[in-house]
Amino acid sequence: MTTAYIYDSLRTPRGKGKKDGSLYEITPVSLAAQVLESVRDRNGLAADTVDDVVFGCCSTVGEQAAVITRMAILSAGYGDVTSGLQLNRFCGSGLEAVNVAASKVITGEADVTIGGGVESMSRVPMGSDGGGGSVDPAVAMDMYFVPQGISADLLATKYGYTRNDVDAYATESQKRAATAWADGRFDKSVVPVRDVMGEVVLSKDEMVRADTSVTALSELKPSFTQMGRQAGFDGVAIQKYPEIEAIEHVHHAGNSSAIVDGAAAVLIGNKAFGAQMGLKPRAKIRAMASIGSEPTMMLTGPEFVTNRVLERCGMTKDDIDLWELNEAFSSVVLRFIEAIDIDHASINVNGGAIAMGHPLGATGAMIVGTAIDELERSGKGTALVTICVGAGMGVATVIERI
Amino acid sequence: MCYKNIKVEIDDDGIALVVMDIPGKSMNVLDADLLSDLRLFADKFATDDNIRGAVIASGKPSGFLAGADLKGFSSLKDASRKEIFTSVMEINQLYRAFETSGYTSKELVNSEKFAKPIATAITGHALGGGLELALATHYRVCSDNQQIKLGLPEVQIGLIPGGGGTQRLPRITGLQTAAMMMTEGRPISPDKAKEYGFIDHVAPEGAVIDAAKEWVRNTPHATQPWDRKGFRYPGGGGAMDPRAIQFFMPAIALTRHHTKGNYPAAQAIMSCLYEGSILDFDTALKIEAKYFTKIFTNIVSKNMIRTLFTSREAAQKDRVRPVGVQSKVVSRVGVLGAGMMGAGIAYVTAKAGVDVVLLDRDIATAVRGKTYSEKIVEKAVGRGILRQSKADALLERITPTTEYSDLSDVDLIIEAVFENTQIKADVTRRAEDVTADNVVFASNTSTLPISELAKASVRPEKFIGIHFFSPVDKMPLIEIICGEKTDDKTKTMALDYAAMIGKIPIIAKDVRGFYTNRCVPSYLNEAMLMVKEGVSPTLLENAALGIGMPVAPLALLDEMSLSLIDQVNETTKSDLGDDYEPSEAEDVVACMVRLGRLGRKSKAGFYDYLEEGRKRLWSEINKYFPLAEKQPSLADVEGRLLYAQLVPAAVCLDEGVVLDPQSADLGAVFGWGFPSWMGGPMSYVDMIGVEAFVKKADEFADAYGPRFAPPISFRERAASSTPVYTCS
Repeated sequence: MTTAYIYDSLRTPRGKGKKDGSLYEITPVSLAAQVLESVRDRNGLAADTVDDVVFGCCSTVGEQAAVITRMAILSAGYGDVTSGLQLNRFCGSGLEAVNVAASKVITGEADVTIGGGVESMSRVPMGSDGGGGSVDPAVAMDMYFVPQGISADLLATKYGYTRNDVDAYATESQKRAATAWADGRFDKSVVPVRDVMGEVVLSKDEMVRADTSVTALSELKPSFTQMGRQAGFDGVAIQKYPEIEAIEHVHHAGNSSAIVDGAAAVLIGNKAFGAQMGLKPRAKIRAMASIGSEPTMMLTGPEFVTNRVLERCGMTKDDIDLWELNEAFSSVVLRFIEAIDIDHASINVNGGAIAMGHPLGATGAMIVGTAIDELERSGKGTALVTICVGAGMGVATVIERI
Repeated sequence: MCYKNIKVEIDDDGIALVVMDIPGKSMNVLDADLLSDLRLFADKFATDDNIRGAVIASGKPSGFLAGADLKGFSSLKDASRKEIFTSVMEINQLYRAFETSGYTSKELVNSEKFAKPIATAITGHALGGGLELALATHYRVCSDNQQIKLGLPEVQIGLIPGGGGTQRLPRITGLQTAAMMMTEGRPISPDKAKEYGFIDHVAPEGAVIDAAKEWVRNTPHATQPWDRKGFRYPGGGGAMDPRAIQFFMPAIALTRHHTKGNYPAAQAIMSCLYEGSILDFDTALKIEAKYFTKIFTNIVSKNMIRTLFTSREAAQKDRVRPVGVQSKVVSRVGVLGAGMMGAGIAYVTAKAGVDVVLLDRDIATAVRGKTYSEKIVEKAVGRGILRQSKADALLERITPTTEYSDLSDVDLIIEAVFENTQIKADVTRRAEDVTADNVVFASNTSTLPISELAKASVRPEKFIGIHFFSPVDKMPLIEIICGEKTDDKTKTMALDYAAMIGKIPIIAKDVRGFYTNRCVPSYLNEAMLMVKEGVSPTLLENAALGIGMPVAPLALLDEMSLSLIDQVNETTKSDLGDDYEPSEAEDVVACMVRLGRLGRKSKAGFYDYLEEGRKRLWSEINKYFPLAEKQPSLADVEGRLLYAQLVPAAVCLDEGVVLDPQSADLGAVFGWGFPSWMGGPMSYVDMIGVEAFVKKADEFADAYGPRFAPPISFRERAASSTPVYTCS
């Protein structure tokens, strides 16, 4: 097997995923093309160097449908020879895309690949691609389908995370993200997004709120109470978890990942590629894994995929210096910290999606970059990147700084 | 043309009036003969140029068409799925032929061909297949009699519409209304149906056929909306329409929430709505027929049809009525005791057109008993389902009194006083003093043996038990209990009275608790024993709801009140003396009573009762009954709650407390809310097999105590692989 090295990673800043967001006017093809241009140009790659590009994308309808990756490749001015693959593993798409891109190098199918992802949630709203899981009675009823927010509240209820616990976590995430930005820790990775005239429309994450406090968050109304009680979802969750009498609805906009637009790219290649191009690898892929987990609780996949991926590379949690877990909801991270038994100080040290946002198809690739930057900044060795996924799945990647 | 079940008259305008009228039957049902006549007509309609339109009507005052003939359908019981599917598709092809005049959808959509107009004139109930036939015509006129029921109630016996109902209704009303009508199965009135859009016109009684003809006369061609170019679901449909997604997500969750996944028909209806809204109409019909076949061959629908339809109908007719015995028609009833039960009995009796003398010790209580009826009819009038005149007449029939002499001309007395042998004896004597020798005296006792109570009577042959359930106007069952000396005439009168008030009677042997009150305490005690063992009350309550009990056991105990349970225990103890077998669960009751946590009425029981009618399990119960460190599995808790009902029911059948498995099942489903998807305890035993039942009961007996041991006769059945129902 060939070793897959990460030569570079970069991302767009994350823009508010609504009509008043800065990236609303940028097409998702353009978002994807801009990160592809940047990764090519700043590494001095020729147009035909890259064999394959794998991008995650979650809501694959309209302008995000029909292999957006290939459209972005062509739009970015890559050579005709570079192929494009679009994949969907819900929120895990971006990380899965990095893993698939790495696999192509590891198996020798390709010498150079790019893994990444794109999502314009302002233009292609979450859920607009339909799907059987939530609306086909033959599927949804048998799998005790509940929307993700209900799962997040179920998770909090099951493990006893109070409203104060989840708000405190969210406040800390905002604080860490603000500090990281102030400290310039994202400078290496964030490339500004430009409009059709070539002007910069966004150069920093748009959603970070440094001034958040637990007191301020405590004012917000829980988002999923009505849906849970009136649409029957609480009842469905309780049927699956009959030890629970009532779901405590603790999540709201302030302690859940923000809805944003963005794209990311991770340049991966074998050793020969680096030598040939005179590029120094920044990290190498140690192990990768994906698993399925109980779909009603939905969000506990990171725990199980972490155990799997550590087993695969013969490591224990103590071998991991830095943890990166997508902050889909506060309870997801709180449960992970408890289940794996790690220190809050070692995970999501520069904040996460609660502060900066979660562009569904891109996030996984973004947090790979965040981990590499932080390993380099702190001089640490090994990071584990993981993400929870809709319908009960988990994806994880272990990387080692070089 | 020679029809047997329909009459066809073609008028001068070329409009055929098709009157369905099956000879020798009080009601039109869609059986093979009617189908074949309708088929003949459909072919003629399509090909005969002298007919330019048609109106379908009924010759029966009882209704339009009651739907498929379930008895006929049972002949398909052993048919293969393919054969059932083919039979269902024949009905669909017939209905389709009416609305298309035999042309293909493509011909109609492209306006190459035009269908002849066909309307329905509905002058009585149109349910199930009957309504589906109406939906397959272009225009539906219904009489303005708001008592007429229109609906697709198949789900109530575990089935789904199979004649296009899941496809035509949503294409007319939109998904939400159609889903509500079919997953709940509740029929609606003509005005409501007009509002929903599947009745086009409501006409005065007597003018319905004319109105339908009038429409046909003025309509040269007609096409169903789904056979027109560019048809769209009203309100959105399909897999991608955001409005449909907004509908399906919560609707599916609510369906699971309410059915707990125990009723496959509800899910199949939702699937027909979802998949059907993606497909073209003809394929959608096929999908419905396939789901119908799947559900029809599912054991749950068999269980439900047997108990909720076949056994119920038999019990309400003559199955248990003594042969050749006549009894006086009940025209005046005396009710002793105007409390909750007496008031309810007075209401259901007056509702059946029978005069009621409602007696209590003081006039205020007696009058309050009548107020109960006043409140019910007031609500019904308010909701437009009862006419004021009928409400007035009903109330007119109830006379509150304190005078026993007012009972002099009653035919039947029903005693519903406090559950105490002395008090009951006293009212028996006082009533018998003023009534003639042939007047029947019935006790509404829920547990006390009738022969014992009859000792207070001077004419024990006229003494009987009629055990109503609370609330009387809602609970459909009554237990009829004959004492040692009760004669057949008395029994017949009780059964005839049950028929008059529309209740389902089962005959129970005269033992303490009869049938239902031997099974229910066992179930409630099992729940309390688990509390005592430290099983999580949340798990316990959710397990009960999960298997389909309508109310969880601790919640039910709170509703009944723990002080009442305590009193019943005390009474039984003193009545039985040394024979009394105490249950370990009594400690739990005693503890709750000691703490003053008596249930809902004291705003504290196993639950805390919060504002806005919300309640939460009492958080401090652990202090008194600490949670076990290792909790049992859900399956184990469910099993104990279920077998605590199954085993006593089996014992009752074994001991002849109930006469047959039908009565055991009816009593369970209609008396205490045993999950209807199982068909009742005996249907459930047959569903899993007697051997499996005996094995599991033995396992529970080993693990939890001999109360779970199955009776001998069931062991014998298991050994010889004989089902409980020998003929179903």
